[in-house]
Amino acid sequence: MDWIWQGFHDAFNLLLHGDPEIGFITLLTLRVSGLATLISLVIGLPFGTLLALHHFRGRRLLLGLVNTGMAIPPVVVGLLAAILLWRSGPLGILNLIYTPSAMIFAQVIIASPVITGLTVAALEQLDPRLRLQLLGLGASQWQMIALLWWEARLGLLAALMAGFGRAISEIGASMMIGGNIRFQTRVLTTAIVLETGKGNFDRAIALGLILLSLAFMINYVLTLAQQRRQSRS
Amino acid sequence: MTDFLEISGLLVERDRRPALTLDHLTVKEAEILAVSGANGCGKTTLLLTMARLLPFQKGEILLRGQPLEKQDSLSHRRRIGLVFQDPLLLDMSVEENITLGLRFRHMPRAETARRVDEWLEYLNIGHLRKRPARKLSGGEAQRVNLARVLALRPELLLLDEPFRSLDAATRSRLLNELKSILEQMCTTTIFVTHDPVEASAFGHRTVILAQGRVESQPR
Repeated sequence: MDWIWQGFHDAFNLLLHGDPEIGFITLLTLRVSGLATLISLVIGLPFGTLLALHHFRGRRLLLGLVNTGMAIPPVVVGLLAAILLWRSGPLGILNLIYTPSAMIFAQVIIASPVITGLTVAALEQLDPRLRLQLLGLGASQWQMIALLWWEARLGLLAALMAGFGRAISEIGASMMIGGNIRFQTRVLTTAIVLETGKGNFDRAIALGLILLSLAFMINYVLTLAQQRRQSRS
Repeated sequence: MTDFLEISGLLVERDRRPALTLDHLTVKEAEILAVSGANGCGKTTLLLTMARLLPFQKGEILLRGQPLEKQDSLSHRRRIGLVFQDPLLLDMSVEENITLGLRFRHMPRAETARRVDEWLEYLNIGHLRKRPARKLSGGEAQRVNLARVLALRPELLLLDEPFRSLDAATRSRLLNELKSILEQMCTTTIFVTHDPVEASAFGHRTVILAQGRVESQPR
């Protein structure tokens, strides 16, 4: 069992002394998952708002698809993205396969339904009369939506956290369409799989600790913001 | 007094069923019309239709002689004030809640501040200015709600049992205060309530709604 403790010891040494490859992997992970979450927010927030506030034909079907998308396995997304982005595929002309952009594309497909679905849930929890009250006070549609977002901000922050969590923790899609190429598309999750397979537990543990720390720090900041607003209300 | 509002042959449907039928109803300029009736008789439907938050299927509504449906919906909503049973205050300070409608109208800051000060003082809630609106008592919250609407100086005020959730003593005190304010401001008002005694005490005139129709118009 000593090798486990040795692994932790070596991992801390790697982190303390800094390793250029681990640094690159960490920054690339943040860039890919951060951008994917941002794009998912830009898609999920308005789409979720539309589904929550408007009743139209096909709404239930769309809600069903969004809820299914929330649980879609990342390898299936990886397969779908690979088919689309493959050199001879429908989007092959874009030459994106095995690039960070392809990984962002896949993570957007994974995180968007989560943000959309949780946006719907957050807005549907508000008192339905609040919309009438805001319109009765003379709000335009945009002013009303902005204030509904304000009222649902705790739930929307939770949606953002869940979307980021799903993007940064997925591995199947990144492996399939990123290719885990050193200094190009290797991110924390794919690197952990590789190093574990090679028996390099010190590096795998170091990468795992970084991934956990990143997920914790980002979610902690969002949780602080959420709790501060909650305690004010 | 001239007719401020004239409704004729009105039919409003909700979920494809008639929710309100009004053959004829007028409201004079600066009049407080009380509409009384049991729950589900169409009182709230009437107010929501007046506020253009519900469409009507038949009939005509004239506001100062102009057909309601020919007016831009947003412009119309910015001429009226609507108060529901519950205050529905937003998760912000009392002061920020009162400025909401003024901000929607892009009112200059100085005028906004002046009106907020005026109504905080008028309704005796100046001491609550910085308090989170969600931490107020029922009576305080409804005063803030009234200040939020009255600061807009609406041409037509629509009140949907605004004090129903309050105790009898607070309700009576607030109704008296509000009636006095509305008479001073000469604000045309439609006040709906399930309580006929409250209706006759508050309104200059009372109509009774039953099953979506005006049953009688006692003088």
